[in-house]
Amino acid sequence: MPEEKTPNGKNGKNGKSLGLMDRLRSGVKEDITSLKTDLPAKAKEQIETLKKPTKTQVYTSIFRHKHDDTPRNRALGVLSNVFLHLHPAKINRDAVRYCYTWGMGGITFYLFIVLTFTGVLLMFYYHPSKVQAFRDVLYLEHDVPFGKLLRNMHRWAAHLMVIAVELHMLRVFLTGSYKKPREFNWNVGVILLVLTLLLSFTGYLLPDDQLGFWAVTVGTNMARATPLLGHEGPFGAQFGMTPYNDVRFGLLGGSIVDANALLRSYIWHCIGIPIIASIFMIVHFWRVRKDGGISGPAAVILESEVKEAQK
Amino acid sequence: MDWKQLWEIISAADNVPIVALIPLLAFYLFLAWRQAKANDLLVAQLAGDPALAKTHHRKAWPFQPGWQKEVHVWPFLLRMEFLAAIIVTIILMVWSITLNAPLEEPANPNLTMNPAKAPWYFLGLQEMLVYFDPWIAGVVMPTLIIIGLMVIPYIDTNPLGCGYYTWKQRKFAIGTFLFGFVILWVSMIIIGTFIRGPGWQWFWPGQTWDHNRLIYEVNRDLPDIFGITSNLWKGIFGAVVVGGYYLATGLLAHALFRRYNAKNYQRMSLLQYSLMMFFLLTMFGLPIKILLRHTLHIKYVWITPWFNV
Repeated sequence: MPEEKTPNGKNGKNGKSLGLMDRLRSGVKEDITSLKTDLPAKAKEQIETLKKPTKTQVYTSIFRHKHDDTPRNRALGVLSNVFLHLHPAKINRDAVRYCYTWGMGGITFYLFIVLTFTGVLLMFYYHPSKVQAFRDVLYLEHDVPFGKLLRNMHRWAAHLMVIAVELHMLRVFLTGSYKKPREFNWNVGVILLVLTLLLSFTGYLLPDDQLGFWAVTVGTNMARATPLLGHEGPFGAQFGMTPYNDVRFGLLGGSIVDANALLRSYIWHCIGIPIIASIFMIVHFWRVRKDGGISGPAAVILESEVKEAQK
Repeated sequence: MDWKQLWEIISAADNVPIVALIPLLAFYLFLAWRQAKANDLLVAQLAGDPALAKTHHRKAWPFQPGWQKEVHVWPFLLRMEFLAAIIVTIILMVWSITLNAPLEEPANPNLTMNPAKAPWYFLGLQEMLVYFDPWIAGVVMPTLIIIGLMVIPYIDTNPLGCGYYTWKQRKFAIGTFLFGFVILWVSMIIIGTFIRGPGWQWFWPGQTWDHNRLIYEVNRDLPDIFGITSNLWKGIFGAVVVGGYYLATGLLAHALFRRYNAKNYQRMSLLQYSLMMFFLLTMFGLPIKILLRHTLHIKYVWITPWFNV
């Protein structure tokens, strides 16, 4: 059927308006012809852009710079990455030598990440209650796929972390890296050392076996003897301390190592101390940069070059 | 020689970290010593040759003119970090596959483990329980260790040796720290782990753990040796002895420090100097008390109705 159109080709008031069916029919026809011509063209265009994936909007929204090997891109690779931006773009050429840093600070942090990862997985299988805890560990060892590996890895990584922290402290001392202007960061490090030991210690009780129970009993019995705050400590009795209100009671949530102690060490181990340690770690890493980056290997100074402060 | 007993102790899963710590510590101390030696040689060379000191790049490692002083973190540092992470992961994997984490019987308050040992990193403190009352070994000592570590940067006034390994420029600081860390901390852990058996008694490596062994300790208190009986005089006597220790060894340490560390002595303020002396003398009090116990069987030096030292 021939189409009747108004002079200007539109369905104006002046012309005879088209019927609804006519308009629909012509519209669909147009759509089909456009599909036939536009789609292949667009598909071709799409394929062309796919040949250069680094030009796509998705890619450029994620990666802000090019990756060809130029000094600028090497710097940007570090600076524009949230996980790497704690590093400077460039460092002392000798600072990458393993024998200077021993890599112990980084290894400690890596072990913390490993422990967080395995720890979260372990939490899926563990109830911090006297009835369940030990059975959960047995279940983990014998029925959970890779459960034994998971628990082993968590335990050995924890031991390794204590070793790595101690060696890190030794290295920092031997290189004199705690000296001006890094005094404060050494202090943050000492606190992190203590937190590492506490993290490991609170985890010791969690399997609820004889080993953990007696280790924690021995450990917390010392708290009884705290001067002033323990009921067996010097001046504790004079200070009104009994087994039911002293510092040990506060640690264990009771006068013996029992269900409350299990829950308390679970919460300290999984939530409390990791959060505190993370905060101190943030400060520690931040201060490494703010105090002038890694301490060395620095040029040696001679005794004769030391300028004595005027008194 | 009971090899089985020895193997049982060494191969106990939780003791493996200490077995690992010993060679690791030896290796890293060797690494540090080698670099310290090279740097000390360089310092001696530069001190004897002022012209060279002006032009030298001042590191024991080679440096050619034209080499860049700095390198890009990407890739030169990141590849090291990546490698370290991979190696640690492999070590952990192999360790976790070959060795199971210990799991004893369910906790039973009615069945005491003998020996009941703290985790290995606290065994140094547990070993101290032999020589000191719990309030010193378990509370005061850890606190003093933490505070002592924290004051180090504020009492070490030596400006030399910041950012490189050295021995000759920091003999006192390094000697003291290694004494505290290796002798007092690590070797006490080793004793606590490998030597102490049932009843926390001393069993040489290879000696069978005898659960029925009894040792009749004939420990005496120092005031008793001097025939002091009244509580008041015991207290006064102990205070005099402990005070006398701090005074006498303090004087000795002062005489030595003033002579052999003259520059640092001059740099230190009264507060810095007295803090250093307090921590130094307290630290040396530890092995002295241990020696007193092993040679003269002295239990307490200072006895009061409230606390004993």
